[in-house]
Amino acid sequence: MAEILVLVDHSDGTVKKVTSELLTLARRLGEPSAVFIGSGFDTAKDALARYGAARVYVAEGDQYTAAPVVPKAEVLAHLIGDVSPAAVLVGSTPEGKEVAARAAVRAGSGILTDAIDVGPDLVAEQSVFGGSTLVRSTVSRGTPVVTVRPNSIAPEESLGAAERVDVQIELSAAATAARVVGRKPAERTGRPELAEASVVVSGGRGVGGPEGFAPVEQLADALGAAVGASRAATDAGWYPHQFQVGQTGKTVSPQLYVAAGISGAIQHRAGMQTSKTIVVVNKDPEAPIFEIADFGVVGDLHQVLPQLTEEITKRKG
Amino acid sequence: MNIVVCVKQVPDSWAEKKLRPSDSTLDRDSADAVMNELDEYAVEEALKLQETHGGEVTILTMGPEKAAETIRKALSMGADKGVHVVDASLAGSDAVVTSAVLAKALGTLEWDLVILGSESTDARMSVVPAMLAERLGAPQLSFASTVTVDGSTVRIDRLTDEGVETVEAALPAVVGVAEKINEPRYPSFKGIMAAKKKPVTGLGLADLGLTADEVGLGGSWSSVVESTARPPRQAGTVVKDEGDGGTKIADYLASQKFI
Repeated sequence: MAEILVLVDHSDGTVKKVTSELLTLARRLGEPSAVFIGSGFDTAKDALARYGAARVYVAEGDQYTAAPVVPKAEVLAHLIGDVSPAAVLVGSTPEGKEVAARAAVRAGSGILTDAIDVGPDLVAEQSVFGGSTLVRSTVSRGTPVVTVRPNSIAPEESLGAAERVDVQIELSAAATAARVVGRKPAERTGRPELAEASVVVSGGRGVGGPEGFAPVEQLADALGAAVGASRAATDAGWYPHQFQVGQTGKTVSPQLYVAAGISGAIQHRAGMQTSKTIVVVNKDPEAPIFEIADFGVVGDLHQVLPQLTEEITKRKG
Repeated sequence: MNIVVCVKQVPDSWAEKKLRPSDSTLDRDSADAVMNELDEYAVEEALKLQETHGGEVTILTMGPEKAAETIRKALSMGADKGVHVVDASLAGSDAVVTSAVLAKALGTLEWDLVILGSESTDARMSVVPAMLAERLGAPQLSFASTVTVDGSTVRIDRLTDEGVETVEAALPAVVGVAEKINEPRYPSFKGIMAAKKKPVTGLGLADLGLTADEVGLGGSWSSVVESTARPPRQAGTVVKDEGDGGTKIADYLASQKFI
């Protein structure tokens, strides 16, 4: 069966959810082989086996993480040449897209980004312009390299052998030309990552100030959700920019999206309107966000959100 | 230090966009054309670096005749000159081809630093900085939230999902800037007048040693099979808060099995 490479997204061996989604998708296209780059393979192995990796190409060593992006791209390009897979799947994260981009150019392959599905004929489905247009695309040269948006595929378990195959390559001078000289980990909020979260609660101009995000965060925590913000809120400095959802900022597609105090300009809708279910709280009944709401409440979020949080806590008992 | 800033003309990111039914390329007439917002940060960053380190700032774009407006805008912000890669056969080029064309154009210029926005607000792939660095064999410093140059070393703070990485490299290098890295200046009246006199060089495919079959829709390594407009989302139930808005949402979430 055709081999499908899946680049493992992990943090020191802790495998991210998008990898189980990609392995699930790869099983529909052929035989999945995971590509593990960095340190911590022993931690990662079980998770990769659980979602059906038949084989894992392992490039372990500090040289692969001393520089961002390029060493991973070179390992991936090497494998594309070496094992001639039918396709390569990478998570559509900022770094994943860069790794895929360089690997594609290096291997002489076309690339498609932000796919939400890939068919057996390797036609990728993409949702563009904030979900207003569906596009089906193919790669016409080389091995298709496709980045797949987190939360697009429901992960399904299916045990694989996860047979380890070590890979060692000679990195080019370019791979280490940029060096990581310092790291400052993001503050741990205990909440899921925005792009991967199955529930997102976002606040906008209507929260009124930085302290107005407290009820948004409390609701998020009651739902086990990630917190997002509209451009208006991040522009005002009320919430950090990395949580911005929209045309510029992150694109999210969770099962449930709660928009609180967000008017719903195209800038924001473009980043969230493919969410499965959208719940809106806004004081202004004319706010365009109501046009895409599955359930909306016209009211003050400072009243509605705390009541909702209390109800959820009560019902969860 | 000479800097080249790559810019792209895109439809206004605050407007609805659509694809042309005939060939699934972007309908560029459906919205006002503006400089890609992320590239404005790149221009500003280049001008700030120039204030400290001197040298020239060149604006490079690939696009139809109309894209000259975007070069002119950057010149009115203060850049020194422009290079416009324009050729009818470039229409429909994908990111792989675009990066190849830009790399060729950069080969005709003197530069220590190439700066560009981390993504365009139309295609939103955010792959061109990485592809350019790959093709130029230059260090890649992307998703930069700060850029400093010290002698022949460039250092950035790279935004990642894990936090912030400080990354450094020797010049020449390719820098991709993140949103909000700075506050782009508005062109002054004087700047707008001065921009009219600044030189803009046109480059065609032949000037870059490329042929028509290597670029455009036909030369691209990916292609669109079909595109369809999705039906708009149907609006659902909207109720007025009568003091029980939170409870009503909880009821809805329970009915949908979210809680």
